Amino acid sequence: MATITLNVNGKKRVVEADPQTPLLWILRDHLDLVGTKYGCGIAQCGACTVHVDGVATRSCSLPVSQIGDKEVTTIEGLSQNGDHPVQKAWLEHDVAQCGYCQAGQIMTAAALLKRNPNPTDADIEDAMHGNICRCATYLRIRAAVRTAANSTI
Amino acid sequence: MCHLPENPGSGTHRRQFNHLTLFLMTRAKTTINRRSFLKATAMAGGGLMLSFNWLAACKAPSGDEMLDMPDEWFDLNSYIKIGNNGVVTLMSPNPEFGSNVKTSMPMILADELDVDWKKVIVEQADFYPERFDRQFTGGSMGILLGWKPLRTAGATARQMLVNAAAQKWNVPASEITTEAGVLYHKTSGKSAGYGEMASLAAELPVPEEVAMKQLSDFKIIGTSRKNVDGKKIVTGQPLFTLDYKTEGMLIAMPILPPFGMTVKSVDDSAARAMPGVKDVFTIKVLPDGYEQNAFDTISFPEMVVVVGNTTWEVMNAKKAVKVEWQLLDERAFDVQSWGGKQKVVMPKGLESTSAHRAWMAEAARGKAQVLRRDGNPEAAFKSAAKVLERTYTAPHLAHNTMEPVNCFAHVTEDKAELYAPIQAPEFIRRTLAARLGMPQENIHIRLARMGGGFGQRAYGHHLVEAAVISQKVKAPVKLVYTREDDMTYGIYRPTYTATYRAALDKDGNLIAFHVRGGGIPEHAVHANRFPAGAVDNYLAEGWSLPSNITIGAFRAPRSNFIAGAEQSFLDELAELAGKDPIDFRLELLERAKKNPVGKDNDYDPDRYASVLKLVREKSNWDQPPSGVGRGVAAYFCHNTYVAEVVDMRMEGTNPVIENVVAAVDCGIVVNPDAARNMGEGGIIDGIGNALFGELTFKDGVPEKNNFHQYRMIRQKETPRNVEIHFVQNEHDPTGLGEPLFPPIFAAVANALYRATGKRYYEQPFAKHIAVSPAMM
Repeated sequence: MATITLNVNGKKRVVEADPQTPLLWILRDHLDLVGTKYGCGIAQCGACTVHVDGVATRSCSLPVSQIGDKEVTTIEGLSQNGDHPVQKAWLEHDVAQCGYCQAGQIMTAAALLKRNPNPTDADIEDAMHGNICRCATYLRIRAAVRTAANSTI
Repeated sequence: MCHLPENPGSGTHRRQFNHLTLFLMTRAKTTINRRSFLKATAMAGGGLMLSFNWLAACKAPSGDEMLDMPDEWFDLNSYIKIGNNGVVTLMSPNPEFGSNVKTSMPMILADELDVDWKKVIVEQADFYPERFDRQFTGGSMGILLGWKPLRTAGATARQMLVNAAAQKWNVPASEITTEAGVLYHKTSGKSAGYGEMASLAAELPVPEEVAMKQLSDFKIIGTSRKNVDGKKIVTGQPLFTLDYKTEGMLIAMPILPPFGMTVKSVDDSAARAMPGVKDVFTIKVLPDGYEQNAFDTISFPEMVVVVGNTTWEVMNAKKAVKVEWQLLDERAFDVQSWGGKQKVVMPKGLESTSAHRAWMAEAARGKAQVLRRDGNPEAAFKSAAKVLERTYTAPHLAHNTMEPVNCFAHVTEDKAELYAPIQAPEFIRRTLAARLGMPQENIHIRLARMGGGFGQRAYGHHLVEAAVISQKVKAPVKLVYTREDDMTYGIYRPTYTATYRAALDKDGNLIAFHVRGGGIPEHAVHANRFPAGAVDNYLAEGWSLPSNITIGAFRAPRSNFIAGAEQSFLDELAELAGKDPIDFRLELLERAKKNPVGKDNDYDPDRYASVLKLVREKSNWDQPPSGVGRGVAAYFCHNTYVAEVVDMRMEGTNPVIENVVAAVDCGIVVNPDAARNMGEGGIIDGIGNALFGELTFKDGVPEKNNFHQYRMIRQKETPRNVEIHFVQNEHDPTGLGEPLFPPIFAAVANALYRATGKRYYEQPFAKHIAVSPAMM
């Protein structure tokens, strides 16, 4: 057990936990930020994607001890009112079916657009390829990322 | 093992049922929906809602804006509450697993109630059989079976509001009209919002009979409305059981044996000393001698469970438990299913996929049950000018819902509270009552949004497990499966094989057709489906082999294999007959319409033909783009007709799907954009499973346990474009969750043939793709 201080969604958070605990379970079990989802635990599905210093990161495979003072952003902190261009595009295209993977998809897409505001179709597919959607809403995900990109440039 | 029948009545009466409901729907007896009119005071468990305030606080306005909450709500029936300010709460009865019933079913209520969709709040109903009909999601039946009760409930509440206004204004009810939540009496110029009349309406007697809207008067049905939970999904609000948390809740995780084995001994000494661990024990899931129903699974009679404070601590402790397994003896169970009691035998031993293949090859040459026989197939095959025989196989598949199996339960002395991802709560409540030793009324099941279902969550073993664990540790418990547990628990799509034979005369006419299908532990043959009825000499046979690897419903059970096999075979047969594959099917359907063979044919040839004609038109079938291999397939299952065309080109041995065009006849389309979303999902999921889906076993152990081994379709394999076209008609609506899935397996196989010059008989296809030199 260790006392760990984190910067999550712009707030300082202090938790008592095993330093090897993946960030995912710190968020979900210790901080009640359950928007970040558990899907595979081995960085293969993308459901747990958060931003660490703005970079899309699989939180299920990142020990909390490695984060230090880096800024962690979860789906809950992506925007104030759920109005990030990617979230708006997701609603416009009514992307979700079951909805479980979508927070991870949105976080991956938001990080893509931050580093590459005008992605090609191939860029979008490359960036989103690591996120599984079992309902297979991939076409709408693609279209929503395109819409979000167009709205931010 | 048992599956849900695909339609509520017998298949042969389906068409009459559709016409009958069309005829009846202008006026409906409210008695068909009587249970929904029980007054709220009769709610035995009404107080239970309070214990779940944590989630109940999340209201779901259907529009973008938040609505002002009324001071008072009035219940008009189980589905409809109207606030004194005119805001309406509609209860969505069925569990939501992503097919969008939580939006589309309330749309049906709202249209007949005649309210403004923007003033509607949708809430998920708890499992409450005393107040709601058939709270089941599966078999693509939500909209089909909800259509009549929901329209009746909406129209009845509207009539009660009209009657209240008539009484207050002292005018005849027949002179009152409604529009978007407002009552009008034209001659006196009076008007009032529903909110003003709700308290009186709630006191009035329920009318015996109510008028329903004409189809042309629908304002909400047939228009695209966005997912009522959309905003919560994109902002990461807690919607799923895995997100649920309550004071003092412990986490429990299972340790599962290989198939065919059970617990011999457990060494939990190391695990017990680990941080956060509360207990390690072995539980029996079902009581001894329990007569199962169709949704009880017995993959493992006992499981080892670790209970602790946090997920990560329990995950770690699980790895430190040493369990020794021992072989189970042969087991036999009685299962109560549709069509009566069935005996299920699970043999002793550790099974492997290589052995399954060998057993199936041998069984395919052995005895089979005759499921249907028309004419004299043997004589016809003897007289044939050409005979085609082909064998198709498909592996076990895992559901792999993104939210792994989990369930919350809090069991106390005399009651059980569950918050569960479950498609079929009514079946499992009986099992829970038997296992916990308490009456069903004391078991309260709240229905969570599910992170996928695909059939897996029709089975409620996780509810029983969570409840038994909670009962034992005397605390609220959330049972969580890891991805590895989820993938290896086993409610798999069975492995199947089918051999098709067909005879053509010298003019290329189909004179005999023979399907002989088998599988472990069931076959997939639907004896009365097309092309039965279109061929004079027809034989359908089925056989099966027992297994201790458990199986269950998987998106379009049985159809998900047999459509791929049958429609690939018809493609090859059309080629042998020298006919266009769509023309070939249309000729057969014309025969089935004009002069059907047999009486039990389970399809409407006109509706079947209509989707083929529509897909021919929309895909520009006669002029395919250059450089693509194009494949077509059509299928009818779960009461909906579908035809699909796939355009594919090869990049080396890598198939790239440029376009998919689908034509669908599901009757009235309630929520068109959501319907297209569902259809796209079915198609892309089907492409993924056709190309990559496979679970194999070695000595009772699944050889894949996570997504690094189990290949799922992803962004780059997704088609460039998918178009869905609906046949316009006035048939009552049928479902969409399943029907677009089965035929795509064949459309992909047929496109692969045209793109590579090689036929594909064994799923998953990606393992076998080779491009013929002539095509390079």
